Amino acid sequence: MAAVSKTGAFLRIENVTKQFDGKLAVNDISLSIEQGEFFALLGPSGCGKTTLLRMLAGFEQPSAGRIVIDGADMTRVPPYERPVNMMFQSYALFPHMTVAQNVGFGLRQDGLDRGIIRDRVGEMLDLVQISALAGRKPSRLSGGEKQRVALARALVKQPKLLLLDEPLGALDRKLREQTQFELVRIQRQVGITFVVVTHDQDEAMSMATRIAVMESGKLRQVGTPGQIYETPNSRFVADFIGAVNMFSGKVTGHESGMLTVASPETGCVIEIANTEPVPAGTEVAVAVRPEKISLARTAPEGDLANSVRGTLRDIAYLGEISIYRVELPSGATIRVSLLNAERLAGPGFARDENVWLSWSAAAGVLLRQ
Amino acid sequence: MSAGNSSRRQFGVAAPPLFWLGLFFLIPFAIVMTIAFAESAIGIPPYISPLQFGEGGVSLHPYFGNFQILAEDSLYLRAFLNSLGFAGGATVLCLLIGYPMAYAIARAPESWRATLMTLVILPFWTSALIRVYSWMGILKPNGLINQLLIASGLIDEPLPLLNNFFSVELGLVYGYLPFMILPLYTTLEKMDLTLLEAAADLGCRPLRAFLRITLPLSLPGIIAGSLLVFVPAVGEFVIPDLLGGPSTLMVGKVLWDEFFTNHDWPVASAVAVAMLILLVVPMGLAQFFLRGKERG
Repeated sequence: MAAVSKTGAFLRIENVTKQFDGKLAVNDISLSIEQGEFFALLGPSGCGKTTLLRMLAGFEQPSAGRIVIDGADMTRVPPYERPVNMMFQSYALFPHMTVAQNVGFGLRQDGLDRGIIRDRVGEMLDLVQISALAGRKPSRLSGGEKQRVALARALVKQPKLLLLDEPLGALDRKLREQTQFELVRIQRQVGITFVVVTHDQDEAMSMATRIAVMESGKLRQVGTPGQIYETPNSRFVADFIGAVNMFSGKVTGHESGMLTVASPETGCVIEIANTEPVPAGTEVAVAVRPEKISLARTAPEGDLANSVRGTLRDIAYLGEISIYRVELPSGATIRVSLLNAERLAGPGFARDENVWLSWSAAAGVLLRQ
Repeated sequence: MSAGNSSRRQFGVAAPPLFWLGLFFLIPFAIVMTIAFAESAIGIPPYISPLQFGEGGVSLHPYFGNFQILAEDSLYLRAFLNSLGFAGGATVLCLLIGYPMAYAIARAPESWRATLMTLVILPFWTSALIRVYSWMGILKPNGLINQLLIASGLIDEPLPLLNNFFSVELGLVYGYLPFMILPLYTTLEKMDLTLLEAAADLGCRPLRAFLRITLPLSLPGIIAGSLLVFVPAVGEFVIPDLLGGPSTLMVGKVLWDEFFTNHDWPVASAVAVAMLILLVVPMGLAQFFLRGKERG
């Protein structure tokens, strides 16, 4: 899986491994990130994403491997000499300094002229829209304001790489969405390469240009949000990113790009279009996203591949969509989501109604691991 | 009704400490203050009170002679200055020795910290008097240090280690060091170490990060520790009495002598009042400074 790093990439993580007391936190990860990317390291807690980020910042030393930023080997360079800045999860604002002093701290370390520092700090505070707070101490800021100060402080030195550790983790839901868009705006405006660590898939999907999904210290998949969502390469990724229906079964045949899988769970033959040949008899899983399944009162026409009958058990109204849970005769439950705009236009379904579920051959994703 | 209730409850909460302060601080202080303005006399008690209860009620006849004595006899001024000097020096030395110790303990593995702090406090399990006496045994001309130095051939004559400036300062630093370490440790231990990572991340080298982040954030500990050392050290009696000599006169010793040797209660009280003022001023300054810090 680990792609061979291109020699020209802006940030190269080459076979990086980190052990803590014999435990592998990061296990032989190789990754290339291009200049100007908004890259997300996504995974459950304890997957090693934060350790990888801290190695990029220089707070941890890799047990093996190399980190190259813009052509320079940074593996053994201490944090204070790296062209990298980090926005900490806790923000780590200096409590004894004002907002302006916090933001200017990095520039003062470079021994810049006072006037220049003042101008650059002013620009940064404008960029994150907190100019009015310049003279305040961090203890008198709200969570959202602190987040902006932390961002401004990390951006002011114009690093080659900005690392963000759960940047939205401490914000409430409403502010979080607003800040997501703002982070993307700021990233486009300054053009700095962002590497963000998050456990929240929505956050990663909405902000990042590319995502690396990590699990137990290893990379599971790297790709655009679309690739990862539409074509997950493993049960773990399919399950971790968004909601998914997963059916296990056995391959029965492969004909002109169309794979057939027998799945006792669904009670139907599952057809998957455009797959590579897989030997018959192989145990596989098929993932189908809830929004790709259609719901009807009558059986679909034609052969009944990718079609199952079940009983509608629950309807959850979530505003823009509704989630339907349909129980199959086998006892398995399938999740279907419909846009409410469509639902209200069409026939309304009632609880305990018998319904047909169907999906196209292009909707299923074959998962072999 | 409810306002009356809550103010009554507030008074209820404040009453015990107020009662305590009144009984054990304000009343004794008022007595000392009164005696400081009394004239010395032979009798029991050995002074004439400035408060006279006559037919026209209470009349006040303050006597300023005691303070005049303090001002005129250079002995008192020297004792005050000595006390300030010894206490100030001890405070600085305790800070210089205590800060690295507190820092090391605060940054030690968590499982070690409690043990290390216990070791710092352990000397308190022995009486201060006994510990000061044992310093006499170590420092005297035929004491431990001199015997070792002579036996090793480094010196021929014993070094004058006792009853001088050195021994008093040593005793003060030794005696008060834990009072410096405790508050310093508390502030250093609760400090968020991510701040140092943030400083390093922004291009700050470790030594600079210490000066710019750790040191200013530990200022409350420095001030608390300094007061805890300075204030009792100024009035210290046992250490200068046992380890000091004629040249190391401190105000606590003067007070003792006035009271018990000369039986001059008014002058002794005047010394006590002057000493209190001497202590209140630095404390007030420190508090003013801390408040200013908080307000930014």
